[in-house]
Amino acid sequence: MNKYAIRRVKDRMMISLCYVALIIALIPLASIIAETMMRGVPVINLGFLLERIPPLGQAGGGIGPAIQGTLIIVGLASLIGVPIGVVSGIYLAEFRESKLALAARFLNDVLANMPSIVIGIFCWTLIVVVIGWSVIAGAVALAIMMIPIVARTTEESMKLVPSSIREAAIALGIPQWKATVTVVLSGAKRGIATGILLSIARITGETAPLLLTVLGSRFWFSGFTEPAAAMPLAIFNFSQSAFSTIDWPKAWGASLILIFLILGINVVVRYYTREKYG
Amino acid sequence: MLTASIACNIFVILGAMVYKMVTQSWLSIETYGLGFLWGRVWEPNPPTPGALPSFGALPLIWGTLVTSGMALLLGVPISLGIGLALSEFSPKRFNYTVSFFVELLAAIPSVIYGLWGIFILIPFLQQYVYPSLQAVLGFIPLFQGTIHGPSVLTAGVVLAIMIIPTVASISRDVFSAVPNAQREAIIALGATRWETSKVVFKYARSGVIGAIILGLGRAVGETMAVTMVIGNSFNLFSSLFDPGYTLSSIIANEFREASSPPVYVSALIEVGVVLFVLALVINAFARLTIWRTLKNVRGAEAV
Repeated sequence: MNKYAIRRVKDRMMISLCYVALIIALIPLASIIAETMMRGVPVINLGFLLERIPPLGQAGGGIGPAIQGTLIIVGLASLIGVPIGVVSGIYLAEFRESKLALAARFLNDVLANMPSIVIGIFCWTLIVVVIGWSVIAGAVALAIMMIPIVARTTEESMKLVPSSIREAAIALGIPQWKATVTVVLSGAKRGIATGILLSIARITGETAPLLLTVLGSRFWFSGFTEPAAAMPLAIFNFSQSAFSTIDWPKAWGASLILIFLILGINVVVRYYTREKYG
Repeated sequence: MLTASIACNIFVILGAMVYKMVTQSWLSIETYGLGFLWGRVWEPNPPTPGALPSFGALPLIWGTLVTSGMALLLGVPISLGIGLALSEFSPKRFNYTVSFFVELLAAIPSVIYGLWGIFILIPFLQQYVYPSLQAVLGFIPLFQGTIHGPSVLTAGVVLAIMIIPTVASISRDVFSAVPNAQREAIIALGATRWETSKVVFKYARSGVIGAIILGLGRAVGETMAVTMVIGNSFNLFSSLFDPGYTLSSIIANEFREASSPPVYVSALIEVGVVLFVLALVINAFARLTIWRTLKNVRGAEAV
């Protein structure tokens, strides 16, 4: 075999290996989705979605309070996190080169990559120590996780708006803040909406910070300063149960609903933003 | 300006985080000092009456380092392969769909990785992979001893899967940012596609290092999936088939029950402080590397 043939064989081999790597990475994804479907679908019915959570080891019941709790906690977290995140993002995009913005951008990245359990501990020391295990503490923890994601995507999508559009607005005589709010923001609103949705998808599945803040419960929502149930916590508790035939299927049922929700948001967002990548 | 003051929230949050966590763990920091970092005993309520509780984090740090190292060892080659496949070899249309699927891996909540780990991955590994792994590599101390399903190695495998989307998508972006002139030059010399991609790889080296460090950051901080598959046992393990504990999983597992003695909670928060510092260093390092590469690459493009 001549040298060129050897090089060609090596070329083919290494490229195939890269594709094999791709396939290896997609096997867990396929397996997780398929197993969750197979094991979750038989459990799910209207009662499972609406009924209260029974004690571990007791058949029947559902995950109603967990769904309710997740909606309330994530809703409250969004109420806190979205405005702060968007405004921070606007600042980062408007004052790109200022010292403050550079420092804020760096810390934003640090916070975005902070382990969620550390944020959980922080909210424990900040809130749980004072008012006890509570929905508020959980919502604040999730909001802190949301802020850097929303800020980052807001900044990125505002940068995509051409500066000629902003200049045109300013040339017409409106003040800079108004140009930002009316013209630039409306150009970037789709990107910002995408960022918000993705951050909601991200925090909905978070477990570790909730473990240290809302604690988990089997009961319906009873106030913002009380512990509450949440989907990820319910999955965790069911999975740790000793009653394999009763509780493990429930963990899969709850997982299916959670995965459906989160992947659903991701797919929809991707579908509507696809031309950007073409 | 108003926006500036709101944008300062980030300083407030991180500042409060440091202050609150340090004051709440002060009891433990004061009692155990730096020895906390290399202590090997974790006894909140010692069996002998009257003895003082003792806390040392060495096995936790060891567990975190070993599982994250395993994750890099298994996950990085796969991720780089994916990065190259997506940026160099595959057709554009195919790219978009496949990138989407790879990124979906990042969207799956870690508690579901844990669930899948317990009920699907562990039985599979325990039945098919671990026995033959021990048969082949059993002469290395790391692969000796009784095989446990929930073990350090299992945690490493799950973490490897979880860091793939991070490392793969960043390295894909870094490869794509390499200017085409580099590729054209080597192709003109008669290189094959693989040889071309080696040049691309070399050009993007420091960006790849940044991607790997970010993956490491994710592996170090990951909590739920690890807690569910590592076996939660406090020991300075010597075999990868042993159960272990990590910094994050001991917090998730023990925090809710850690009511007495008061120094117990304080010690767990100090574990959190260690994790905070670790994450801070890793991320700062990764950001600097990636930032520098992108600056270089963009600079080269302008020329």
